[in-house]
Amino acid sequence: MNFLQFSADQDPGANFGELLKRVGLSPFASVPQSILEDMPHATTCVAVRCSDGVVMGGDRRATSGNLISHRGMEKVVQADDFSGVAIAGAAGPAMEMVKLFQLQIEHYEKVEGQSLSLEGKANQLSMFVRNNLPAAMQGLMVVPIFAGYDNDINQGRIWDYDATGGRYEERDFVATGSGQLHASTVLRVSWRRDITTQQAVELVSRALWEASDADSATGGPDLLRGIYPIVATITHTGFTRIDDTALAGIYNAITTGVQQR
Amino acid sequence: MSMPYYVSPEQMMKDRADFARKGIARGRSLVAMQYQEGIAVIAENPSNTLRKISEIYDRIAFAGVGKYNEFDQLRVLGVRAADLKGYQFSREDVDARGLANQYAQMIGQVFTHEVKPLEVEILIAELGKSAETDQLFHVMFDGTVLDERRFIVIGGDPESITQHIAQSFSAAQSLQECILLARSALSPSEAPLTAGDLEVAVLQRNANRRCFKRITETQLATFLD
Repeated sequence: MNFLQFSADQDPGANFGELLKRVGLSPFASVPQSILEDMPHATTCVAVRCSDGVVMGGDRRATSGNLISHRGMEKVVQADDFSGVAIAGAAGPAMEMVKLFQLQIEHYEKVEGQSLSLEGKANQLSMFVRNNLPAAMQGLMVVPIFAGYDNDINQGRIWDYDATGGRYEERDFVATGSGQLHASTVLRVSWRRDITTQQAVELVSRALWEASDADSATGGPDLLRGIYPIVATITHTGFTRIDDTALAGIYNAITTGVQQR
Repeated sequence: MSMPYYVSPEQMMKDRADFARKGIARGRSLVAMQYQEGIAVIAENPSNTLRKISEIYDRIAFAGVGKYNEFDQLRVLGVRAADLKGYQFSREDVDARGLANQYAQMIGQVFTHEVKPLEVEILIAELGKSAETDQLFHVMFDGTVLDERRFIVIGGDPESITQHIAQSFSAAQSLQECILLARSALSPSEAPLTAGDLEVAVLQRNANRRCFKRITETQLATFLD
């Protein structure tokens, strides 16, 4: 462990990303074209606003070309007590971005003595996505969704991003990744303004199911191995991941429904 | 021809130590001690915004007495070093001992080489997996590191407070007992300190990852009733 001291104009303040740059550890560097074809990619993620906050969900599959490279990837991650990130895109840079984002939020909170506002966190993530632009131009695109419970206005909020760091707050719901079209169609048809948290959990599971049914790069519930998509709620009590037994029940109902079509 | 006046090294060190000691003695004391579920840090601090106790990492807390701007700078250095180490290696690799040594080296360097020594004393507490592996480090103004057991008192008038606490300390005490004990030790004889005069934070053993929690003034008031 070494203490680093900076002159006033070089001091990174509470910015962990800048601190990494000063010590030459920044992960945002350009990558040669040749290794890009076979990188694992992550796929469908959704976020839905509901009466008590937001519900986020994401499938577990990562693919490299036409191969399944990973069956248990966690694409929906808790960012801090009241927010979460879901990521679609190149798995390596995406996971690194999430790790760095979690750290940035914590680092800021510790250095400044209070945590960033939800809007501030959304903005910070936007900067990370923008920093990744050179890599995105070479094919390592990372497109996250950020969602959280805003304690100042007592409601859930959702943001999605484009590869240039563009940040768009969504009112109702959002989907990202290769199964985005199928998932967002399900959401568009069934979303209601007064949807409860439980209904939203079911709706998110449904959207992920339909996406996995039509998109080969999105994984459905893997009953054989007991791997279910990740679904999490964020309300005034914080971030809670729905456990697998509850999800097994929901997916059981969905598959039974599909059989009886 | 004028003669450069000579000051013996002994005298110089003594002057510096006296200077730092005086600065620190002007401030108020703080106490860290083990309780049933972890480590509590209790400071006399009427300010609600300028903190003496703060979080460094998942299981490490920092507290300082003396000049606020000086120990606050040290705090930020610690957070940076810890976050960088955790990012570069693993979260488990960040420990209080490494941090305390680094602080000692830096504070010692300033004490011998700079014009003015730092007028601070700091405390670094690390919550172990069990009470036996808890660690409390005390770094003094000249860079001396002390490794303490059970409880630690820094700043102000530590001798009488240490005596007071040693009389009734027990590692099995509840948080309330621990806060009451610290209050009676820190309070001047005339009037006991109120919730508004104290700053309390704990490292809680049963917490998930980040064990550092501040006790709010309202919570504190219920403990002191």
